Amino acid sequence: MKITKVEALEEKAKNIRLDLLKEIYYGKSGHPGGSLSCVEILTVLYFNEMNIDPKDPKADSRDRFVLSKGHASAALYATLAERGYFDKDDLITFRHIDSPLQGHPDMNKVLGIDMTTGSLGQGLSVANGMAMASKMDSKGYRVYCLLGDGEIEEGQIWEAAMTSSKYKLDNLCTIVDCNKLQLTGDTNEIMDINGESVEQKFRSFGFNTINIDGNNIESVMSAFSVAEQTKGMPTAIIARTTKGKGISFMENNPDWHGKALSDEEYELAIKELE
Amino acid sequence: MEETNKIATRESFGKALAELEDENIVVLDADLDTSTKTEYFKEKHSNRFFQMGIAEADMLGTAAGLATCGKIPFAATFAAFATGRCYDQIRTSIAYPRLNVKICGTHAGVTVGEDGATHQMLEDINLMRGLPNMTVISTSDDVQTRKLVKEIAKFDGPVYLRLSRQKTQVIYDENQEFEIGKALVAYGSEANIDVTIFSTGVTVLEAIRAAENLKVEGINVRVVDIHTIKPIDIEMIKKCSKDSKLLVSVEDHNIIGGLGSAIAEILTSNEEIMANDKYCKRLIRMGIKDTFGKSGKPESLMKYFKIDREAIEKCIKNSL
Repeated sequence: MKITKVEALEEKAKNIRLDLLKEIYYGKSGHPGGSLSCVEILTVLYFNEMNIDPKDPKADSRDRFVLSKGHASAALYATLAERGYFDKDDLITFRHIDSPLQGHPDMNKVLGIDMTTGSLGQGLSVANGMAMASKMDSKGYRVYCLLGDGEIEEGQIWEAAMTSSKYKLDNLCTIVDCNKLQLTGDTNEIMDINGESVEQKFRSFGFNTINIDGNNIESVMSAFSVAEQTKGMPTAIIARTTKGKGISFMENNPDWHGKALSDEEYELAIKELE
Repeated sequence: MEETNKIATRESFGKALAELEDENIVVLDADLDTSTKTEYFKEKHSNRFFQMGIAEADMLGTAAGLATCGKIPFAATFAAFATGRCYDQIRTSIAYPRLNVKICGTHAGVTVGEDGATHQMLEDINLMRGLPNMTVISTSDDVQTRKLVKEIAKFDGPVYLRLSRQKTQVIYDENQEFEIGKALVAYGSEANIDVTIFSTGVTVLEAIRAAENLKVEGINVRVVDIHTIKPIDIEMIKKCSKDSKLLVSVEDHNIIGGLGSAIAEILTSNEEIMANDKYCKRLIRMGIKDTFGKSGKPESLMKYFKIDREAIEKCIKNSL
């Protein structure tokens, strides 16, 4: 059940935004900014790009996704629920004591999650391992890994980048959610991380790089199709996004990295989306 | 047991690894395969060997990814880098999701020798033992290592395997069987026990030698080889606590957090032991006394840090 119409995908993205805000509002905790910035990427992956089946979530030949920036868990849960992996009613239990929806994704608690993440910098190595297994077994599945732009300050990302390139993992596509902000401020001020420098780094590490507007469904779709056609090297999609995308008072504001919405803020946010 | 048949447990590990038949087994190494001895696997199964370069954190993450897809990764490097440098990768990407990764740390303990403190990992048992879901194994000789490598390959779940650099005497007969989680008596009779020494890894042989010498002097010592430090064999500890007058632990590891600590935890919390006055709760922990190692020959270092046969013998004589 792949959706190919841009308008239909945009509708899914809107639902996911509404749901992730609901999670964070009811959970009274979470990371709205970096969840909102990657919604189009997740939407295209789960509704258009990946070969997956919510009815057979552990199929050997399925495509894999690693949310290396695990704090965007609210966005992933909203996407999985929208795609039918679990009941949407569960979303309001986000981060509650009896909920499977942990603060950061846990592969053993929620169907559809391919890897447990939370400590930044580790996902690309894991995605490499999955891509290597796919090649060893000639299963043909692809592996997608979503990184944060702040996250790539972690050195392990660059160890992993060398590995992706050395093993010519053309079945691996990593997406950097370049929303330009990290917890305490601007990525460019904190560590000279900006769209240009990220692209240069990945290119020099042997990646095919694709620079796109990461909040534009069509751009995201076409980037994935270029990645699929790329042979002999891994692909890094440099997705220029807006942190807090879709909610005026959250956009480009680092204060919304990791806090919940008040009653008034939630009401306002929902109105803006609807 | 003549002191002629010597082989390093890293060598036994490398050989056993190359012999494993399961096609899902993959081996990763961080530019140390000639030292960790994964080179034998590499020669035989080059299509299932991954050279990861000097990047241990990435190696363990990659191993985790391979494990999610049904592979059985054995990732090898020196114990210091495997467990110390990559603690967070092990914690988040292996132990917490309970992925079937075998972390193999060679060159553990002061018996690394000349390379000195940076390379002599004395805190690895402590680090790995404190992780939920982790099984911790430390082998004492060639036979035990070869047989336990096979068991580890069959076992589903994360394992830390601690191995040594220097050649050590073969202790066990080829027919001896080993089971993960079950300690065994490496020396000593069942009756009239004065002292039980619990040991693991390279110091098991030292404990046996000390016990042989003490027997001549009329002191009955049992040596228990605790190859699986987690989960620890509580039944064996209870049995030894019940019939010994003194308990001693010996390890080539910091006395904080290692085998001795694991035994002390049982002695001070097991209900049967606590409820019975006749059970021995006196434990002397021998090991590296909360300090870093130093350069030297392995034998000189064992003597210097008082984990050799003479130190054990002396300690027991002075304590009885």
